[in-house]
Amino acid sequence: MSQPKRDGIGNILLVAVSVCLVCSILVSGAAVALKPVQKANRVLDQKKNVLIAAGVLAEGATEDAEGRGVEALFADFETRVVDLRTGRYADDVDAQSFDQLRTASDPSRSTALATGEDPATIKRLEHYGLVYLKRDASGAIETAVLPIRGYGLWGTLYGYLALDSDLETVAGIGFYQHQETPGLGGEVENPRWKAQWAGVSLFGDDGTPAVALVKGKAPEGSGARSHQVDALSGATMTSRGVQNLVNFWVGERGYGTWLENMRGGRV
Amino acid sequence: MASSKEVLFNPILDNNPIALQVLGICSALAVTVSMANTLVMCAAVTAVTAFSSLFISMLRNHMPSSIRIIVQMTIIASLVIVVDQLLQAYAFAISKTLSVFVGLIITNCIVLGRAEGFAMQNPPGLSFLDGIGNGLGYSALLITVALIREPLGAGTLMGYEILPTVSNGGWYVPNGLMLLAPSAFFIIGLLIWALRSWKREQVESADFEIADNIQYREAL
Repeated sequence: MSQPKRDGIGNILLVAVSVCLVCSILVSGAAVALKPVQKANRVLDQKKNVLIAAGVLAEGATEDAEGRGVEALFADFETRVVDLRTGRYADDVDAQSFDQLRTASDPSRSTALATGEDPATIKRLEHYGLVYLKRDASGAIETAVLPIRGYGLWGTLYGYLALDSDLETVAGIGFYQHQETPGLGGEVENPRWKAQWAGVSLFGDDGTPAVALVKGKAPEGSGARSHQVDALSGATMTSRGVQNLVNFWVGERGYGTWLENMRGGRV
Repeated sequence: MASSKEVLFNPILDNNPIALQVLGICSALAVTVSMANTLVMCAAVTAVTAFSSLFISMLRNHMPSSIRIIVQMTIIASLVIVVDQLLQAYAFAISKTLSVFVGLIITNCIVLGRAEGFAMQNPPGLSFLDGIGNGLGYSALLITVALIREPLGAGTLMGYEILPTVSNGGWYVPNGLMLLAPSAFFIIGLLIWALRSWKREQVESADFEIADNIQYREAL
């Protein structure tokens, strides 16, 4: 092929259009063909994170000791939608398709938070939130898992907080997405650190959230100790972020009203 | 014309894209904190370099020179998106941490460098091998860096504990620097030094010579 013809305007357009066409077919083909698998992955991943926070599934495992897979284990959990403003179940919202994070950026289904009322720095708070409930044989709640999120040092941490049957004591915590420094703030993933959350009591004597991440816990047996968790060493900002976000989500703007209603048997 | 064996293996030691050409440093700093991420990233870069070189070489006789970079970028970008989609579908856990870096393969200088520097002048088969070879060269260096960074920074390798860290009840105090990007700069610098001390022909000639200090009388 001669040089002038290759650089002619006709050939330029022809090559540009055909390359774009082939590439766009390739890209959209891959995106469409793989979408069901990707979506299934995301749903499975979310279920897995709930199970890990609830302590039902070990980190990195795909089944529990009895060989039950994620789907089977998650079947024990009931997914409900809570109206965070009233603290009651919102049964008109379909829990299966409800995407809490998406509604948080939808102005009609969320409210903007002013700086003073936003310790977790989430900017907008959704009207509805999900809860995952595991019931025992008698139908009473055994574990409740709440989605939590808030700002650490570099970005927002996303996780789940699992509560015991009294809805006042932490059963477990897990963060499935964060951008904290590996080795410092990234230690929020450390199983040994997470293990100390079990048994932490969420509310102080006045009923407000009182979780504190501290350096050096109060002595054994003192009242303050039951609310304390060791802060992450070298990660002051991340620790502060975790403390604020846990207190925010179990507080009155988060799930606090619902938790109170549940404890008082008013739901 | 270079033999296919040379094309495939030269980039590993003799013409390493990172150590000799000092390309693709950005992702080498970012992903080498953990070995698992590094391996996936290496596979992704190798696949993208190989296939982009293949397709660009196939089109090289039809590509108008005025828009050749755009055409190359379009092909590279499409391949990167396909790789990203595949990772999201079949390696979901890793794609969550790597997604942003995989997207940045588009801007990895090695890919465009091989397309422009090799694939435009060579037949498709050889270009494909050249892409694989440069991917291997990139991988060899990244894996070496990750082999140093992950154990020293986190006490683990591929997530398995090698050096029991203090926070897990062991004796090793992790070196926090190894977890941050600058450590990869130091390690890559040391590796380049070691490589060039061994293979002297890789030492670049000086761009200019610094003149001797002058006596103040000369200035007058």
